[in-house]
Amino acid sequence: MSTFSPAHSPFVMHGEQDKDFADVREAAALAAAGQRLDRSAAEILYYKADLHTLAQLAHAMRLRLHPDPVVTYVGDRNINYSNVCVCACRFCAFFRAPDHEDCYVISRDEMSRKVEETLALGGTQILLQGGHHPDLPLEWYEDLLRWLRQTWPQLHIHAFSPPEIFFWAEKFDISVAEVLRRLKEAGLHSLPGGGAEILHTGIRAQVSPNKCTAEQWLDVMEEAHKLGLRTTATMMFGHEEKASHRLDHLFAVREVQDRTHGFTAFIPWTFQPAHTRIEVPPLPAPAYLRLLAVSRLVLDNVPNIQSSWVTMGPQVAQLALFYGANDFGSLMIEENVVAAAGVSYHMSRADIHKVIHAAGFTPIQRTMDYRAVDPQPDVKL
Amino acid sequence: MLDAAYYAALGLSSIHEKVLSGQRLSFEDGLALFHCPDVTAVGALALHVRCRLHGHKAFYVVNRQINYTNVCVNGCTFCAFRRDEENEAGAFALSLDDVLDRLRDADSTPLHLDELHIVGGCHPTRPLAWFEDMIRAVRHFNPNLPVKAFTAVEIEHFSRLEGISTLEVLRRLQAAGLVMMPGGGAEIFDEELRPQICPHKADATAWLRISGEAHSLGIKTNCTMLYGHLETYEHRIDHLCRLREQQDKSGGFTCFIPLPFLTENSRLKLPEDKVGPQRGLDQLRTVAVSRLMLDNIPHLKAYWIMMGHKLAPLALWYGADDLDGTIIEERIGHMAGAQSAQGMTIAELEHVIRASGFTPVRRNATFNTLNDTDSPEARQ
Repeated sequence: MSTFSPAHSPFVMHGEQDKDFADVREAAALAAAGQRLDRSAAEILYYKADLHTLAQLAHAMRLRLHPDPVVTYVGDRNINYSNVCVCACRFCAFFRAPDHEDCYVISRDEMSRKVEETLALGGTQILLQGGHHPDLPLEWYEDLLRWLRQTWPQLHIHAFSPPEIFFWAEKFDISVAEVLRRLKEAGLHSLPGGGAEILHTGIRAQVSPNKCTAEQWLDVMEEAHKLGLRTTATMMFGHEEKASHRLDHLFAVREVQDRTHGFTAFIPWTFQPAHTRIEVPPLPAPAYLRLLAVSRLVLDNVPNIQSSWVTMGPQVAQLALFYGANDFGSLMIEENVVAAAGVSYHMSRADIHKVIHAAGFTPIQRTMDYRAVDPQPDVKL
Repeated sequence: MLDAAYYAALGLSSIHEKVLSGQRLSFEDGLALFHCPDVTAVGALALHVRCRLHGHKAFYVVNRQINYTNVCVNGCTFCAFRRDEENEAGAFALSLDDVLDRLRDADSTPLHLDELHIVGGCHPTRPLAWFEDMIRAVRHFNPNLPVKAFTAVEIEHFSRLEGISTLEVLRRLQAAGLVMMPGGGAEIFDEELRPQICPHKADATAWLRISGEAHSLGIKTNCTMLYGHLETYEHRIDHLCRLREQQDKSGGFTCFIPLPFLTENSRLKLPEDKVGPQRGLDQLRTVAVSRLMLDNIPHLKAYWIMMGHKLAPLALWYGADDLDGTIIEERIGHMAGAQSAQGMTIAELEHVIRASGFTPVRRNATFNTLNDTDSPEARQ
């Protein structure tokens, strides 16, 4: 028996689905009234509602939170400072073990070229992440941040996911708060929400046994928020978790957010299995949009939901704008991790604007904390 | 909530009522659906109709496509597949042995084809007798394999080449073993627009007449619409209405397949604002409106070769009930720039359908369901 009800009409009841249909209507009424969804209402909507009913509820909520017909995106570039990693997560096609011949640590020259390109293309920030490198001292990261901040004071530095922070805290035997404080001091502006995968201890033990636990991930974020560092939160789903674990993840994020209000956005995407050590077929677009819509509905305290064209392609990402997403993610001038898993979509800035326009919204380039950049880019369509 | 009040607010009350009570939609209804900015609301109506017809089933077929030649006298402006002559770069024309070799490879265990799909260009010299021989050879190779071949455009071409009526062409091909015709070549029917994209091809009247003739002989056919080029929403609705009219008369259309125009390698150049990745919504909307307008055609195909493997499963929620199939080798869409793979496995098709919320059902060329007892072993 599948967890999910098979597709059915949004309008009529069919025999055995009568009870389900009534349950969905009841949960939908709660969502439509803007009430907080409890676990049971979320389960009913996620498992049993038809895709259009979910879309309509999620889009209505998006319009309550963001009434303007605007879709935002950020101009940034993913820079992976190193692919050396001791985690060896089974879903990852990007990392190389420390003794591998393809290992790299980025040079200042390379970094400089990438930042200049980003700024030349109208980008405002870099997303800096890497593997868990066993040999680099914390000072290496502090020096890098200081150099970036001094060289390009206008550049927003969105860097280091919670697993990296936690790894350094353990490795250098200092507190998570201390790591964060030192990095912030050196120039860190905000944290990306990567490495969350599925925030469930058992599932993480299966797919990323050497990485921080769900609790530790959430603790790093809570500490960051306390220090005034804003962060995003992500979810990578469709590997070895069950549908219920995805809901666990959403509720865990919501609980932290109730205390800190530090998450700017939630970004779910589907696992891309090529070249990894997890053999499952990738989830199709309807499964992605179903989860996206439920994310919008459950995470009533997270202001923004991003669609993921990097994994789902521009067309599905466009449709996602009717399933709760109000943000198109990033211009993504460079991306390596998903590309390593065999998926490489490319979108120019003009493409992003066309896709957003065709969906009936106005594209606005934003900063990490969702302020419109000024002036807006001049895009010829 | 997707209820009567919701549709009233969108100005779609009467359409909502008509769809729920199974009444026919008008030309104006179709236009209103194309103009509705809320793609979810339109999709929900199409889902309702699709579920009324097929429940949560989604069909697929284990098939092999063979494009026998791309040498073609028609010179359609949108086509990236065709070549004028056999000695031109990129031109090909398969021999009878080539066709049988491909068939042998594809029909070998464990695949066991349930449909052979054969279409090609309108070759300037190849006689009808060659095609009769081809079908007989295929039937001889596997008498249980339904042969779906030749669009109405090819039938008209054979008739011109041989100096006989299209009905006679159809009779001869049927006698050779043809059971089903694919629906290509319909493009867009409008008399002003059609000459701009396919000036030498069978016109709308001929295309529809030939389909009707096939139906009268008991040959089922599919039908298509090529959209996303120079046409307006009015042209699309006109096209759908003409198919619906023909179906009222002859009743032999089994499946409608909307085909998004692929711009990549086409000589037909569109303005910059019509080219790009922004047309996904339009594709889903077109699937949905087609499902709602074509109330007398049972099936609607989300042809993954043209829609792409990301969007096609979504179309199942927007009115489609069929994903086509394994294909194995496709050349027309790919020469036009299709980014999809050349084929899908049975396991991939079934996974995509299940994980999208539907129940996979294997069918043959004429949409007869093949359940577990129809496994290759059981059929032998």
